[in-house]
Amino acid sequence: MRKFLIRRILLFVPVLLGTLTIAFSIIHLIPGDPVDIILGENALPADKDALRKALKLDLPLHRQYITFLSGLFKGDLGYSIYTKQPVIRTVMERYPATIELALASIIFSVLFSFPLGIVAAIYKDRWPDHITRFFSLTGLCMPNFFLAPILIIIFSIELGLLPVSGTGGIQNIILPSITLGFGMSSILTRMIRSSLYEVLNDDYIRGAKAKGVDNFSILLKHALPNALIPVITILAMQFGSLLAGSIITETIFSWPGIGRLVIQSIYARDYPLLQGCLIFISLSYQFINLILDLLYAFIDPRIRYEKGVL
Amino acid sequence: MKKGFFNKKSNIFSLLIIFLFLCCSLFAPLISPHDPYEIHLDSSLRGPSRSFPCGQDNLGRDVLSRLIHGSRVSMTVSIATVSVSLIIGILIGSIAGYFSGWADELIMRLIDILLAFPGILLAIALSSVLGPSLKNIVIALSAIGWTGYARITRAQFLSIRERDFVIAAKSSGASAGRIIIKHILPNALSPLLVEASFGMAGAVVAEGALSFLGLGIQPPYPSWGSMLGEGRDYLLIASHLTIFPGIAIMAIVLAFNFIGDGLRDLMDIRETK
Repeated sequence: MRKFLIRRILLFVPVLLGTLTIAFSIIHLIPGDPVDIILGENALPADKDALRKALKLDLPLHRQYITFLSGLFKGDLGYSIYTKQPVIRTVMERYPATIELALASIIFSVLFSFPLGIVAAIYKDRWPDHITRFFSLTGLCMPNFFLAPILIIIFSIELGLLPVSGTGGIQNIILPSITLGFGMSSILTRMIRSSLYEVLNDDYIRGAKAKGVDNFSILLKHALPNALIPVITILAMQFGSLLAGSIITETIFSWPGIGRLVIQSIYARDYPLLQGCLIFISLSYQFINLILDLLYAFIDPRIRYEKGVL
Repeated sequence: MKKGFFNKKSNIFSLLIIFLFLCCSLFAPLISPHDPYEIHLDSSLRGPSRSFPCGQDNLGRDVLSRLIHGSRVSMTVSIATVSVSLIIGILIGSIAGYFSGWADELIMRLIDILLAFPGILLAIALSSVLGPSLKNIVIALSAIGWTGYARITRAQFLSIRERDFVIAAKSSGASAGRIIIKHILPNALSPLLVEASFGMAGAVVAEGALSFLGLGIQPPYPSWGSMLGEGRDYLLIASHLTIFPGIAIMAIVLAFNFIGDGLRDLMDIRETK
């Protein structure tokens, strides 16, 4: 166990350094002079020089990289070009909204996929299963930039039930969380269906039936707990990507999270802010995956041996 | 052999859809009923009618013609992205899988680094920095896309290189390049083909997302994603601007997913036989 722990944490370091390097090089990938792109070519030379100094672009590349890394260790991600505020503060202000949306969409997809998946497994290859399959196929091939407008047309425009965008009450989070959670719930539905169907045909279920346990208790007490193990794994793994996968959803619904901040910083050519978002999103994603890996290794001994060998 | 690829209705149907969109993109100027750039301000945002079956957009341009021309973008981007990613992925994956050791370790860490940016975040950042153009979309999407193919190639190589025919080739003095190209690669292709089919669907969606956000194809050139993006402003009065491009994307994504599933079933049958 200790060997696995050490290896997993040691591997975390080069990947971390790599992602930071990618985030660092983003501004250097701009064709031409980044300062010209940000300020426009006709800006005053004095302004250009000031910005170049502020972004530390006047230093040689290796010095820039070292200042960048040492700044990071002090929690300094630089300053936003437009708001002049520290990037770290802006990012931290936006992050709670993203977490809130990710949690809401997990709740939605659980509420949506569990009943559907259970019904589909019980009535496999009959009409409830076919309806479920239709839903999961739709979820699989409907991109969220199409799903969101359709939801807005139905629930906001035609029915007038929910607001088109913005934040505030609980009604504001419903459409964004459906948009974000629909794709995931279609994966979950299919997983619950196949996993539960397998379990339902196991010997111990037949044993329980023979003993005279009623169908409902069999499902709830005997079958579901065992069928849910792979489902929960997927659910946990998806959470990390939900924290970042919300760029389009947040943009459409004007949700003030970090995904929308990415797009806003791109539109404003605010590269330090974009850099900060990239670092923050990938760091939290890696961190969640690290914790999950360690948790699984703790729960399931097979994993730590397999990975230890690799 | 159980059911073949062509015995399944959904596979035939998907092939038909892909063929249809391919024809649309190849012969767009011949098929489209109107000029996709022709502006009719007097009839802007009008719904479907006899001469404009999918309605007209905010400048009165024919939505159907723009959809047909937009298929060129989707097809070009997805074919180019998948081809570039496949080539890079196979190349790097074979090196990692065949030589193992430090080369493998290095390549796997590089893939880990790229995958540490979830979803299309890196593609969005890259294309925003590189500037919007067809070429840059393909670069941005391939920069991440190759990782999947590399992992599959590597896994295939790890299992195939221990097989007898490879050991036989090695002991008869074949060079590494020859063993990789002539012996291992042909046996490693099937899962890559399945993945490529899903990759086509993914590329269509990713291009749509970039164009939707205004980071992909620029107006006035039509792309399904940018059409959806423009339609967002007119949801209240002209929902046809959203519905038709959305259906086009869904149809092609569904088709590529079905083909991927169909191919996977086909390969599984062969492997277990």
